[in-house]
Amino acid sequence: MTNSIRGGNLLSLDGVTREAIIEVLDTAESFVEVNRRSIKKVPALKGRVVASLFFEESTRTRLSFETAAKRLSADVLSLAVASSSVKKGESLRDTIATIDALGIDAVVMRHQSSGAALQVSRYVPHVRVINAGDGLHQHPTQGLLDAFTVRQVLAERHGTTGVESGAELFDGLRVLIVGDIRHSRVARSDIAAYTALGAQVHVAAPGTLLPEDIENWPVTVVDDFEDALQWADVVGLLRLQRERGSGSFVPSLGEFTTTYGLTVERARLLRPSTVVMHPGPMIRGVEIDSRVADLPASIIERQVANGVPIRMAVLYLTVAGSKEEVVS
Amino acid sequence: MSSLVLRQGLVVGETTHEVGDVLVIDGRIAAVGDVGEVPTGTKEIDASGCWLGPGLVDLHTHLREPGREEAETIESGAFAGAVGGFTALVAMPNTEPALDNVALVSYVLDRGARTPLDIAVAGAITVGRQGEMLAPIAEMAALGVRLFTDDGIGVQNPSLMRRALTYARPLGVRLAQHCEDEQLANGGSMNEGAVSSRLGLVGRPALAEELMVLRDIELVRLTGGAVHFLHLSTARSVAMVVQAREEGLPVTFEVAPHHFTFDETACDGFDPLFKVHPPLRPARDVHAIREALRSGLVDAVATDHAPHAPELKDLPFDEAPAGMLGLEHVASLTYEALGASPGTAHLFFTLLSRGPARVAQLRNSDARVRHSGHGGAVVAGEDANLVVFDPHQQWTAHSATLQSRAMNSPYDGRELVGKVRATIAKGQLVVNDGVLV
Repeated sequence: MTNSIRGGNLLSLDGVTREAIIEVLDTAESFVEVNRRSIKKVPALKGRVVASLFFEESTRTRLSFETAAKRLSADVLSLAVASSSVKKGESLRDTIATIDALGIDAVVMRHQSSGAALQVSRYVPHVRVINAGDGLHQHPTQGLLDAFTVRQVLAERHGTTGVESGAELFDGLRVLIVGDIRHSRVARSDIAAYTALGAQVHVAAPGTLLPEDIENWPVTVVDDFEDALQWADVVGLLRLQRERGSGSFVPSLGEFTTTYGLTVERARLLRPSTVVMHPGPMIRGVEIDSRVADLPASIIERQVANGVPIRMAVLYLTVAGSKEEVVS
Repeated sequence: MSSLVLRQGLVVGETTHEVGDVLVIDGRIAAVGDVGEVPTGTKEIDASGCWLGPGLVDLHTHLREPGREEAETIESGAFAGAVGGFTALVAMPNTEPALDNVALVSYVLDRGARTPLDIAVAGAITVGRQGEMLAPIAEMAALGVRLFTDDGIGVQNPSLMRRALTYARPLGVRLAQHCEDEQLANGGSMNEGAVSSRLGLVGRPALAEELMVLRDIELVRLTGGAVHFLHLSTARSVAMVVQAREEGLPVTFEVAPHHFTFDETACDGFDPLFKVHPPLRPARDVHAIREALRSGLVDAVATDHAPHAPELKDLPFDEAPAGMLGLEHVASLTYEALGASPGTAHLFFTLLSRGPARVAQLRNSDARVRHSGHGGAVVAGEDANLVVFDPHQQWTAHSATLQSRAMNSPYDGRELVGKVRATIAKGQLVVNDGVLV
C-alpha cells in the first residue's frame, strides 16, 4: 500500500490509499489558486528538469503536464517520439538512458504498452517516473483529477471546500462508469481512486467490453443501464478504444450508441444533481450525444481545467518530496 | 584408450539403486559396482554422497542456430546443457530458416556432432512452420529424425494436423504439439485472469491450450498417430492427456520447469523475463503440475530453453518475445519440485533422462545420426552418458555466469538445492566440479 506519493514514483493508483489520494487532492487545491493569478508561476521546482516522453498521441495530458511543470518553474525537456531515434529502432532502455544522461529529475511518460512506465522506473531508479498512461493498465493522474473534480463540484454544492470535506463527500457516492471498461486505463485508475475514497462504483457495458474477471473487481455490474441512470450520482463515460481493437467487441458503433450511449433520451432520466464526466477525447455521437455533452450537468471542461493543478500537485509531491516547501 | 572411474556414487538403475563405482572405458560403461582393478592412468572422480545416473535428455531446447546466433549457438547451447547435466538435447526447429528439410537438419546434426553432446533434431511438421503444407517428413525421418513439431506455434488447422498424423504414423515418428489455439490466445502476453486484467495485459486463456489438447487427443484416436504434448501448463490439460494415455492412446507429455516453479503473479512487475507461451498459470495449476510430477504421471520434464538477446527482453512486456532459459537450472528445480528428498532419485531420472529418451527414441545408438544411447540402466556395455548429481549441495543461480549466450534466466538470485557435479557425455568428462572441463 502507498500512503503517500511524496518522493516516489506515480505508476498506478492500485494500492494507493485514501490518505495518499487526499494528500494529492489537497495539494492540488492550493495550485488551483495559483492558476487563477495573473502570474501563474511558483518556484517550487526551480532548477529541476522534467522530461516529457510521449510514445503515444496525446493532447490534453501532454499539454497539461508540460504546463504544470512550467508553472512550478521546472525546465521541461520534451521528446517528440515521432522525430527521435525511437523510430529508428532504439530500445526503451537506451532512449531513457540518453535522456537521463542530460540530467533529469523526473520523467512523465505515456506508452502504448502496459507496464512500460514501471519498466522504465527500473532502468532509472534515481529518476521519479510519472505514468501518463500505459496501454490498458493505468492512467493515475486522470483518476486523481476525476476524483478531484467530483470533490470540487460536490463541495461547492455543500457550501464547503474540497480540503475541508476530505473524503467525506465520497462516502456512499454512487458512481456509474459506462462503456469500454475492458480496454480502459482510465477505468482502472478511476475505480481504484473512487473505491479508495469510499464511493460505490458500478459499471455498465456490453459483456464483451467488461474484463473477463469483472467479478473480482470492487465494482457492481448493473443489469439495467437506464435504471442506473436514475440513481447514479456521477456518470463517467469512456471512449470506445478502437485503436486497441474494441471495434470488434461490439457489432457496430451504432449499436453501442443504441445500447450504451448517453443519448438525449437517456439524459432525461438523470436526476438534476447528477454530474456527467468524460476523460476525453470524446467522440460525440458515439458514447455521448453532442447536446448532452454541452448540458450544465456535464463537467467535462472542468475535468480538463483541473488537469493542470492535479499534475502540478503530482509533480510537486513526487519531485520536491519534502513537506516544508510552500506554494505561495 | 581413455578411461574414467566414478567412485562410490549411488548408482540409480531403472529399478535398483546401490552405492558403487562405475568404470568407463572408451565411451562405454565397462563395469558397475565393484569394478576391481582399473587401467593405469584412469581418471578418478569422487561421487560419494551423489546420485550417479544416466545423463539427462532435454526434449525441448531452442538452440537458435541457424539465424539467431546472437542468442545461442549449437555449441553454446550444448555447453549450457552439459553444465545442466545433459548428454543429449533435441533441437527445436523454429530457427531462421526453420528446420523443415534434409539440408537444414543435416547442418544442425553436423554442427551438433562437433559438440561433446548428442544433438538430435526435431523437424518441422509444415513448410516454414507456416501451418499450410506438410514438410518432407519422410525424408527427414530417413535421416534419423524421430520427432516433428512446429513448436512456438501449434498446427492450427485441424485438417492439416489430422493429415500430418496419418502421414507420420507408418513412419514410426511422433508429432510434438505446442497446444494453443492462437485465435483464442488472441495475441495475449500472459495468462488470462485476475492478474492480466489488473495489469491491463491481453490474456491467453487456459482454454486456448486445453481446446487444442482435447482436439489432438481426438485426432490421435482417429488416426492412430502418436502425439507428444509439449509443455502442458494447466491441471485440465494434464488430466486429459493422462486419461487418454490410460485408455491406451499413443500420447505422452512433458512439463517445463517454469510452469512448476512460478505462477502468474510473477508477471506482476511487467518483467519480460517471465513472459512465456504457454504462459505462467495460476497457483492451482502450478500445484497440480507438481502433484503430477510427484505421483509419477509425467513422461518428461523438458526445459523449453529459449534464449533471447538482451535487447529483446528490454522491450515492453507485450512486445517482448516469449521464452526463458532453463538448461542450467532444471535439474535443481525438478529436485526441488519433487520435495528435495533423497528418496526421489528414480523419479528424478525417469523425468529427466529415461522418460525423455523414450519419447525422443534416443535410448539406442543410431549410426545414421552418429548418436549414442541415452537414458539407460547404467549397466556394463551401455554407452557412457552419465551424470553425477549432488542432492545436498545448496547454491545460488547467477545469470552472469551462465554458459548460455543469453541471459534471460528468470532464476537469477534463486537459492537452489541439488547441483550437477559432473557430466560424462559419450565417455568424455565434460563437466567436473560443476564447471566445464
